[in-house]
Amino acid sequence: MSSTATIHTLDNGLTVIVEPMRDVRSAAFSFLLPAGSVHDPQGRNGTAAILSDLVLRGAGSLDSRQLTATLDNLGLQRSESVGVKHLGFSGATVADRLPQALAVYGDILRKPHLPADQFDAVREGLEMTLRAMQDEPRQRLMVELRRHCFPSPWGTPTYGQLEQLSDISSADVVDHYRQLVRPNGAILGVAGGVEPEDILPVIEEAFGGWEQVPETELVDGEYTPVIEHIAHDSTQTHIGIAFEAVPYRHEDYYTAWASVGVLSGGMSARLFTEVRERRGLCYSISAVLNSLPYHARVLAYAGTTAERAQETLDVTLAEMQRLAEGIEPGELERCQARAKSALIMEQESTISRAGSVARDWFHLGRVTTLDEVRGKIESLTVDTVLDYIHAHPARDFTVVTIGPESLEVSGGIS
Amino acid sequence: MEFHETTLENGLTVIAELNPAAQSVATGVFVRTGSRDETEDVSGVSHFLEHMAFKGNDVYTADDVNRIFDELGANYNASTSEEVTQFYAAILPEYLPNAVEMLSTLLYPSLRQDDFEMEKNVILEEIGMYDDQPTFTAYEQAMQAHFPTHPLGRKILGTNDSVSALTAESMRQYHADHYRTGNMVLVVAGRADWDDVCRLVEEHCGSFPGGRIERDTSAPPVGGQTQVIERPSSLQQHVMQLAPAPAADHRLRYAAELLGVIVGDHSSSRLYWELVDPGHAESADLAYNDYDGTGTWLTYLGCRPETVSENLERIHSVYEKVNREGISPTELEQAQNRIASAIVLRSERPMGRLGALGINWVYLGQYRSVQDDLDTVAGITVDDIGQLLAEYPLDAVSTATVGPLSSL
Repeated sequence: MSSTATIHTLDNGLTVIVEPMRDVRSAAFSFLLPAGSVHDPQGRNGTAAILSDLVLRGAGSLDSRQLTATLDNLGLQRSESVGVKHLGFSGATVADRLPQALAVYGDILRKPHLPADQFDAVREGLEMTLRAMQDEPRQRLMVELRRHCFPSPWGTPTYGQLEQLSDISSADVVDHYRQLVRPNGAILGVAGGVEPEDILPVIEEAFGGWEQVPETELVDGEYTPVIEHIAHDSTQTHIGIAFEAVPYRHEDYYTAWASVGVLSGGMSARLFTEVRERRGLCYSISAVLNSLPYHARVLAYAGTTAERAQETLDVTLAEMQRLAEGIEPGELERCQARAKSALIMEQESTISRAGSVARDWFHLGRVTTLDEVRGKIESLTVDTVLDYIHAHPARDFTVVTIGPESLEVSGGIS
Repeated sequence: MEFHETTLENGLTVIAELNPAAQSVATGVFVRTGSRDETEDVSGVSHFLEHMAFKGNDVYTADDVNRIFDELGANYNASTSEEVTQFYAAILPEYLPNAVEMLSTLLYPSLRQDDFEMEKNVILEEIGMYDDQPTFTAYEQAMQAHFPTHPLGRKILGTNDSVSALTAESMRQYHADHYRTGNMVLVVAGRADWDDVCRLVEEHCGSFPGGRIERDTSAPPVGGQTQVIERPSSLQQHVMQLAPAPAADHRLRYAAELLGVIVGDHSSSRLYWELVDPGHAESADLAYNDYDGTGTWLTYLGCRPETVSENLERIHSVYEKVNREGISPTELEQAQNRIASAIVLRSERPMGRLGALGINWVYLGQYRSVQDDLDTVAGITVDDIGQLLAEYPLDAVSTATVGPLSSL
């Protein structure tokens, strides 16, 4: 099951990765454009999010409704996302319609109308989204946790900040588009029932004439772990914990991944077992390894009613630190089994594969083969994982809580 | 794709749609039980029981159950709705024997007292979690306003009071009554050998107790109430409204799904263009939900509290126009294309097929292939939608709202 991806870079710098898949009727694409919220102008956080909506409101010869109708008629299951680094546009449909869909996206990315008369409506829509997120403490918590645990500007909220929206103008959004929606640095992943020799000419036709724009450099700011509580009259206290890990491009990434897997990789993992199954402290508890290009954090969440919140926080932090005392071979084997199974099942989803090859290219500048990933997973040992944990212990926690009462973060750990 | 069906001597029906080209296999058991089958004094027991399934039996402890599923690299879980409790796992084909054994373990757990008391805390936390999600709260309250005298209106999770008062003994009784072979179907989708499947289910499920408990599927009376949950510190107002729609076995069920997409899909529908695109509302959706003996049109509106009245007026106008004039052939074709493509995409994964196979069997007692679904969707006409609207006009009969407003 080695990867058969074909990589082609257009003269303007757009990298295209095409991975044909067996036995599927569909095909999918995933665009990553280096225009995420990290690039929002200072004090105008939300610019990228507005662009991701406005860019679909008419392009080329089609107005907003015609554009939507065209994509719907192609049966395109589409989604738009605003990430810290990227704006993402992805879609999937039956394979023989993919060329037409990509041609439409050529117009969306290269010839959007960005209608000024719809700017207010889009901004108001975003404002309501942010207000709804304020009403949902768990969503709000994760935004705040990311904001605090990454060095600036990498924690910039992807959907913006309520108090900054009114300072964003239509011109800001057009500028963001002109500077950042460009072929150089952009990635297009395609996977499914397509052959490179058929689809690459279509892509060349749609994106070949797209002109480059010089790239701007980001400068990392400071980062200091913080403990913060936000008062909210919620039923539960929502707890977010973060600590440093290594990013996807790092040679120790897979050991880092396994250490988080031992903590939270399945229902037999430590957090679920110790916090939920043995103590009945909460329903929802999890930890994931979140990787940006050069920074990574373990991000953990637990939600629990106020009277159990302190114990939940204490037990969770203790479990994170207890990793350094050792792990059982069985714990690692379960992580390996889950990874192997997930890798194979990814072969059944064109959407997953299109996203994976694009992300791989972004982080590594190449596409990892499934054999290579499997080799890395299989070569993990208890010792290599423990070595990682000792070199990158769980400490210097950023802890954010939202709820009726603040919690004590016990001494000696921050 | 090949379809197989058999019934064991104890009455357990086993169905399989096998695809030698698949990379994985998914298997699950769909039990025809949920909150609508509960009496008020055990409200929440179906869902609580779903949690207790993972606590093991005489052979396996709770730790064993989770450990074994993880050792298989399984993607596994369970869920409970108003009418169906399902347990499922997707695994690599070589682990099907283990997965079937573990599914059988889930279905007949020991229901130990100490596990029961511990898990009660987890359920109460789950109730607390949903309490902090205004849209979920609005949905629960709308169901109560719409079905005030029927168990469909009760909360799937139960309430803090009902769950706290529940005893292990009453759960054991409920389990004994409902977990019978006549109430379930075991489904396999993906890469497997039919003879292997038959042998495995005989070995692990052959001793399940037979019998069936009947469900009253007569159409419940509709309440038409309005419930207001005041949350003064909320920024947005959430409104859910319900009206009668076709039941799960109605011949216009697919037409209803299409109409839901045309009128109320979140990215390009009549409501989208009228409310969301111009920035009047954050969300304005219409969905069709079907149950045994009844169905609902579910309208959701999320917007600023001060614009709720005008937005409800806009929704009302959209519905009135659709009820009066129907929809255009172009709109229908656009929705058909979208749904057909969604069916194809979902069906590429065994896990995506599992749910469709199980739900069709539970509600209709029949197998429907992907092509059957595609043909049905393609065959729906503007006239079908007209008949649907004549019988089940778009409407808002019962309402619940969560947010700063003290009245609507």
